[in-house]
Amino acid sequence: MNTPEELKYTNSDEWLLLDGKTATLGVTDYAQDQLSDVVFVEIAVAPGEVVKKHAHVATIESVKAAADVNIPISGKVIEINESLSNTPELVNSDPFTKAWMVKFEIADPSELSSLMDAKAYLDYCSTRSH
Amino acid sequence: MSEPTIYELSSAGRTGVRFPEADVPLSALPSAFLRPDLPMPELSEVDVVRHFTHLSSMNYCIDGGLYPLGSCTMKYNPKVNEETARMPGFALTHPLQPEETVQGNLALMYDLQEHLKEIAGFAAVTLEPAAGAQGEFVGVMIILAYHRSRNDTKRTKILIPDSAHGTNPATSAMSGYEVVPVPSDARGNVDVVKLREVCDDAVAGLMLTNPNTLGLFDENVLEVIKIVHEAGGLVYGDGANLNALLGIVRPGDLGFDIMHFNLHKTFSTPHGGGGPGSGPVGVAPHLVDFLPTPLVAIIENSTDEMPPLYGFVKPPKTIGRVKSFFGQFGMLVRAYTYIRMHGPEGLRKVSEYAVLNANYLLSKLEKTYTLPYKRTCMHEFVVEGCWVDVPDVHALDIAKRLMDYKFHPPTNYFPLIVHEALMIEPTETESKQSLDAFADALLAIAKEAHTEPQLLKDAPHNTPVGRLDEIKAAKELVLCCWQPDTDQ
Repeated sequence: MNTPEELKYTNSDEWLLLDGKTATLGVTDYAQDQLSDVVFVEIAVAPGEVVKKHAHVATIESVKAAADVNIPISGKVIEINESLSNTPELVNSDPFTKAWMVKFEIADPSELSSLMDAKAYLDYCSTRSH
Repeated sequence: MSEPTIYELSSAGRTGVRFPEADVPLSALPSAFLRPDLPMPELSEVDVVRHFTHLSSMNYCIDGGLYPLGSCTMKYNPKVNEETARMPGFALTHPLQPEETVQGNLALMYDLQEHLKEIAGFAAVTLEPAAGAQGEFVGVMIILAYHRSRNDTKRTKILIPDSAHGTNPATSAMSGYEVVPVPSDARGNVDVVKLREVCDDAVAGLMLTNPNTLGLFDENVLEVIKIVHEAGGLVYGDGANLNALLGIVRPGDLGFDIMHFNLHKTFSTPHGGGGPGSGPVGVAPHLVDFLPTPLVAIIENSTDEMPPLYGFVKPPKTIGRVKSFFGQFGMLVRAYTYIRMHGPEGLRKVSEYAVLNANYLLSKLEKTYTLPYKRTCMHEFVVEGCWVDVPDVHALDIAKRLMDYKFHPPTNYFPLIVHEALMIEPTETESKQSLDAFADALLAIAKEAHTEPQLLKDAPHNTPVGRLDEIKAAKELVLCCWQPDTDQ
């Protein structure tokens, strides 16, 4: 399982790439492995939209299950990854780069403290059933 | 697949029906309604009969073998149910007939309402919902109507345990509620500490399946119900797993306010092709006035000379009508037959044997398949369909390989809280021999997973079609071989 060092993680298997005042959101390798083959990705927010912490921003559907993607901190959407609607399989093949979902402006940097680093996330995953 | 499509069997000019010569002037169909691009297969009657008979023989059914689809209660459907449902007095009535002319039907519906009330401990029952999911919808609409009737408008949330059926959050969302998940504890019960944290005056209710989808009786059920009630919420019971409780525990006595029954699970009416389903809903005394309209009631009591007169009544604060006419009447006849054939003692035995069969099967499998929650199960259980030493083998591969052993696969990848879940429900109608054969197949597959894993990855091998491409099926939604011309 891949957990890039430079990212922050949530206990619902999203990752965040922080770049100054902006952040990029996607789902982890662990998440895509649990879901298996992803067949649909629907992004539920649009650029310009203000979203609150824990808001639902995307839905992923695989051959096994459907899962919600929630934003772990509040922000304002800058850009969404439109290519995922035609190529949802990117979530499986490249969860950390090409399958990014939402770029947003961070509203309150203090909310970042609730996120895990790569090591903590790895430990968290190992406590769950394999 | 060995059977061609009906289009491939077509032969130009062949027909099954020869029309008599017209005795009125012929007139052409307006050309706007003619579709020259629509290929209509041309076959004789025997061609058509053989084609569909071949296809039907490829279908797996409960009359053909064990059907351990967890949470679906695929029990055998006794043939006597079909006899009664086909009795002309039931089968030939029309829903628009005057009530005085269908007193037998109404008497059966009234008695079935009474029986379901007694079985589950409720004050009133509607037979109207067309299936379990509609029963849930009725239940949540009643929750909504109840709070509104008290001018309690701040309640916006429904709590859903993480082991719930997907229909529970779907129903809540469809009814306009916010869905708040509640985690399970280490024993597979609702986590009461976490439940307390989310219980406040915005909670409209909780939807609870008991036994839950892990096949476990929630040991905290009384406390869970108390916590929700103290917060002012109502507790909805998903009756999908009632087959474990008949004659033993009554959900109404536990404090559930509302519950739906699945007649097509617990009460042996057919699923699927032989369906439709039927999802009556029972309620506690404080919710009787909200039930859908109409209910069947005794309008005039019986006298020494006359039987009672049955008719329809409208509950005073009804949420309205949820289905045309009076529910799936044919299913009501079948379920009534099942209840009367068993009687109270027989129904209790149904549940006792359902639980015994599941535990027997579990005891044969638990050394080979990981059991995530190590407890005595109720009528079903969930194991992990995977092994650490063969990481490439998944629950899906085991399920597909079971088809080669002539068994319907169990439910897989549900509930979501179990990794690689295989959810097995044998039901009470399987014999020891049948359970042994099924266990032997699962044990043989576990061996194959370690010695010849490719056999599982490529399965099924002995079925009319091999492994289906689930990704293509989900992404390319082309369901017919003929593409309509969307420009017209």
